[in-house]
Parts: sequence; structure tokens; C-alpha cells
Amino acid sequence: MSAQSHVVVDVMLKPEILDPQGRAVVAALGRLHVDGVVDVRQGKRFEITLEGEVTEDRLAELHRMAAELLSNPVIENYVLHIQS
Amino acid sequence: MSSHRVGIVTFPGSLDDQDAARAVRIAGSEPVHLWHADTDLRHVDAVILPGGFSYGDYLRCGAIARFAPVMESIVDRAHTGLPVLGICNGFQILCEAGLLPGALTRNDHLHFICRDQSLRIESTSTVWTSDFNQGQEIIIPLKNGEGGYIADEATLDELENSGRIVARYVGTNPNGSRRDIAGIANPAGNVVGLMPHPEHAVENMFGPGTDGLAFFTSILRTFSRA
Repeated sequence: MSAQSHVVVDVMLKPEILDPQGRAVVAALGRLHVDGVVDVRQGKRFEITLEGEVTEDRLAELHRMAAELLSNPVIENYVLHIQS
Repeated sequence: MSSHRVGIVTFPGSLDDQDAARAVRIAGSEPVHLWHADTDLRHVDAVILPGGFSYGDYLRCGAIARFAPVMESIVDRAHTGLPVLGICNGFQILCEAGLLPGALTRNDHLHFICRDQSLRIESTSTVWTSDFNQGQEIIIPLKNGEGGYIADEATLDELENSGRIVARYVGTNPNGSRRDIAGIANPAGNVVGLMPHPEHAVENMFGPGTDGLAFFTSILRTFSRA
């Protein structure tokens, strides 16, 4: 069986974009009697499994995938991590 | 029956395709149902992307629908002048597909809203709004969870300066939309995205009146020019 690679893409709303879901979480933390949390930002994490190694071509394809489908560059940033 | 054919796309999760078809018929055109998995636009003269929750709003609203086979044909034809109106989820799809700038984000107060909404028509130079008067105030239903229009300041300025803001919310901003934007157009004015629902306001017996009808009669003028 050929080896598999694992890649994680984290997608977050850009810092300047309001995150009302994160704000709602902050409000709920107060009801959990947790103090001192001033901000929560909520994002998405994609765990991707690939056949074989992450070659340079593959990496370019992953970036295209992250930029064109997994995130919307108008409102979101992504970070791509290759898991060892 | 008119010979002008207006296509209405049904995606998995579309809700308002039947109402849109009804509005098209009442306005005097022939509604033609288009299926998301087809690339054939069946010789339509215009297309409506209706409201709803295509693909369950998975990933982001409209993000998956944008890749539907039918969208490839629509994007191609939109670039050469096909009139396209995206309502609510349809507006979200048009933004995801890059036919309109910006994005629609979660309502700033987090609540889903469903109410009759006052709008002001800011541009009558699009093919979907030519039957309105400039500055006309109308009331049509608004129902969304992710209707906050957002774009960077340069894009907002450009929309404003080029007269591409089609409609604005009047009174309290219902969802945090930048500059009270309810609808925008592409530079040519053939593609319009609108968050509120004109197709729910075309008959006196249902909804807040018939203010929505002019969106569907406006395109008749385009057809008669052709």
C-alpha cells in the first residue's frame, strides 16, 4: 500500500471581518462563569488525506484548492500545514 | 404565452424556484426549469438563481453551487450579456462565482430574519430594474441568516461611484450590510444580486403587495430590444 500524506487547512475570517458566531461564544462563556475571555474567533479546519507524497505540484494544487474552494478570499484567510 | 423564456435553476436545496417561476409567468414570460446538473440552458433569454439553501449551505452559502455544471454555462453566457438575477442564495452564488464582487456574511445579530422590508431602488439602469423609478421605495419580503453584504472599501466606493448599488435597505439595517446594500449589479447591468425576495411580492393576495413584480417585467424591455 502506498503511503498517505496528511494536510491540514485552517480557514479563519479575516481579522477586520466581524465574527458574530465568535461573539456569541464569548457571551456564552460568561454564563459558564469563565472570566477574562475578551475575544473568540471561530474558523474551519479541513483535514485532508492524500495518496503518496506532497510534491511541489501537489502543494500548488492544494493551495489552489484552499484559495478557490475551502476559503473565500474576500472574507477569509487560510493556512496550510503539512503533517509529518 | 410569451416566446421569451426565463430559466429558473433548481439546485439541491433550492426553495423558491416555484415562486420564481410563478412570478415570471405573472410578469408575462415563459418559465423554464433548469437543472443544476445540466449544462444545457435550453435556449433561455434570461436566468434566475432562486433562494433557498443549495447544498445545505455546506462550506459557505453558495460555495458548492458555484461548481454545479449549469453554472459554467451561466457564467459564460453572463459575460456576453445574458440577464441573470440571483435572489438571496442566488446572490450568494453569484458572489462565490465571481460574477459579482464581495460576499454575504452571517447577519451581525446572528438571528435569521423574515419580514417585509422597505427598500429604495438606487439604480434603474440594470436590465432587472428598468421598470422602477429612481429612488422608488418598495416593500418586499426579506428572509435570510447570512445576508450581510461585505466588500473592501475600494470595492464599495467603486460600486457606489459607478451606480452599481441597485437597492438599499430603508430604516434599520436588517443584517449589518455595508452601506445598507440590499442588491448590486455587474458593470454591464445584466447580472443583479438581491438579498430580499421580489418573487414573494407579485400578487395582491399573498405577501406585502406587488412591488416585486417590476423586477420580472423589467427584462421584457430587454427582450423587446433584442
